[in-house]
Amino acid sequence: MSRGATTPASPVSVSSNAAGRPPRTMLEKIWDAHLVRPETPDTPAVLYVDLHLVHEVTSAQAFSELRSRGLRVRRPGRTIATMDHSTPTALSAGTRTLTVADPQAAAQLDTLQRNCRDYGIPLFDLDHPARGIVHVIGPEQGLTQPGMTIVCGDSHTSTHGAFGALAFGIGTSEVADVLATQCLLQSRPRTMEVRVDGRLGPGVTAKDIILAVIARIGVAGGAGHVIEYTGSTIRALDMEGRMTVCNMSIEAGARAGLVAPDETTFSWLAGRPHSPTGAAWQAAVERWTSYRSDEGASYDRTIVLDAESLTPMVSYGTNPGMTIPVTGHVPELAAVTDPTDRAQLQQSLRYMGLEPGQPIAGQRIDVVFIGSCTNSRLGDLRAAAGVLAGRRIAPHVRMLVVPGSQAIKWQAEAEGLHHVFRDAGAEWRESGCSMCIAMNGDQIAPGQYAVSTSNRNFEGRQGKGGRTLLASPLTAAASAIRGAVADVRSLA
Amino acid sequence: MPPLTRIESRAVLLATDDIDTDQIIPARFLKTTERRGLGTHLFADWRYTADGTPRSDFILNAPGASERRILVGGRNFGCGSSREHAPWALADFGFQAVVAPSFADIFRNNALKNGIVPVQLDREAHAALVEHLALHPDVVAVVDVASQRLLVGQDTWGFALAPFARHCLLEGIDQLGFLLGADDEIARYEQSHPAAISTIA
Repeated sequence: MSRGATTPASPVSVSSNAAGRPPRTMLEKIWDAHLVRPETPDTPAVLYVDLHLVHEVTSAQAFSELRSRGLRVRRPGRTIATMDHSTPTALSAGTRTLTVADPQAAAQLDTLQRNCRDYGIPLFDLDHPARGIVHVIGPEQGLTQPGMTIVCGDSHTSTHGAFGALAFGIGTSEVADVLATQCLLQSRPRTMEVRVDGRLGPGVTAKDIILAVIARIGVAGGAGHVIEYTGSTIRALDMEGRMTVCNMSIEAGARAGLVAPDETTFSWLAGRPHSPTGAAWQAAVERWTSYRSDEGASYDRTIVLDAESLTPMVSYGTNPGMTIPVTGHVPELAAVTDPTDRAQLQQSLRYMGLEPGQPIAGQRIDVVFIGSCTNSRLGDLRAAAGVLAGRRIAPHVRMLVVPGSQAIKWQAEAEGLHHVFRDAGAEWRESGCSMCIAMNGDQIAPGQYAVSTSNRNFEGRQGKGGRTLLASPLTAAASAIRGAVADVRSLA
Repeated sequence: MPPLTRIESRAVLLATDDIDTDQIIPARFLKTTERRGLGTHLFADWRYTADGTPRSDFILNAPGASERRILVGGRNFGCGSSREHAPWALADFGFQAVVAPSFADIFRNNALKNGIVPVQLDREAHAALVEHLALHPDVVAVVDVASQRLLVGQDTWGFALAPFARHCLLEGIDQLGFLLGADDEIARYEQSHPAAISTIA
């Protein structure tokens, strides 16, 4: 892919409060700037989409819809496709290439290839050096930029909100809408501020922040809202950490998360293949900055978290809200007063094979998975490797390390991280969604326990009958060594 | 999409909270390139044993379940993955309405695009409905889209539905067709808002 075109007339800055307008949040500014037609009491807004990301699993039926109606793709240049969900992560023994063994997966990948060719959409196919998980490559290529609207037939599109872009998952019918019109019918979501202040303690990461947020507000707590993450802790996170936080906004029920763009954002974007350069860069930074929430802008709801009180977190149940500190105990049934909630807890613990009241640390595990759009970036791999260096994983544990993109894989290899993982006894793979969604053969067996850096611990998510415990890369690596759920801070 | 004004049917009661789309249709069934045929995999991991035998104690395997058009779920129905395969599977099984105290945002949109009415009741009404169905599992329920009412036995409950969603259901409005009708406005927007990126440059 070549450098992105810089257009002579760059988009207008969003004036913060020029015409005596009331202060606006970042969501409101991005929303207003993308209105093709405003919302009325009877009809949703027609919202323009700046960037449309496409993958193999949720697009085929959308292209079929276009074909059956004789429609074109309106803006192929605002669209990009990759293969990630059902792709293999292990090279074939003989040929050292990626071969798709599952005929149905192969047919789906072929369909994407044909659709992209027919409609002129650039595709990072199986052999492409820039291929990777859709939410890893957008930022990596500099395609994800502040102030944009970004959609994808994938709920973890919320990841891109880390750059101050309004990014959310859509269904396949909406994929067809965007392919054909570059627009969506949408009603403006409400706003929620999640403010996190203070310094994180040792062993506590971005993943622990978002798990704590979900444990606090619940898996439906953010429904109907877009979350803006603010506060000194969020400001101090690097871009990878911010992506981890925004990624799991959907697990709190919010379609999107946002972090205001700042110097951290700009320095991460500088020099990316599609980032602006020269005079256009300065203009872009000015424009990006103008999207920050105004002083005095109000949110529909605000939640405040104290970073100093956070610990490494781990899930024990079958949704991401069922999460506790790694030093904690699985809740007692008697502690839950609502009968519906108690029944849900009981059902979850039965599935998970865990006892009420048991400490979560020390729970024996079978598998450790480091990867997914939540935690597969270079910083995640470095963190895990830092724990594993000079150590071996427990003999009964299988550990899979799956980088988020081929670019990350090569960068990690250049740093020798693959040696650290292999020497510790882990498998080092090609990029993809892998064991997070278990569509490609990477999966856990019924009854097995996996500590996973992914985002969902739903029943069967990592393989039918499998039991997932969500955690950070640090906790995952420490648990691999112990062969049981472990507090990374307890490793000498 | 054909207009959908009224659904009259017995209901399936599956009022677990936070039913995620991975349960509605597990990921291993997402390798299809078709919309049809997913009904047999609806709730596959709750519905079948490891060897594929239907579990007799699961509600969708009860005699006559496939004749029922209304599913009564729990809070935050359809959370998690954005997969439209979830409403495709529900519709393919035969459901035309899901009743719940709340829906996940993406699921609600996806359902509406596939002729499934998301009937959102307030918490008390939902609890009363669940209680009623537990006692009278074969009572006939009526979802009336125009009046936004759910009628069960002697009870009538109003439900929430966005005006545009209601209009689309009643008139069988095709949302893509609606968007294509905005073509001139989209073109004007594009002229005044040049793209910051190009994926094909």
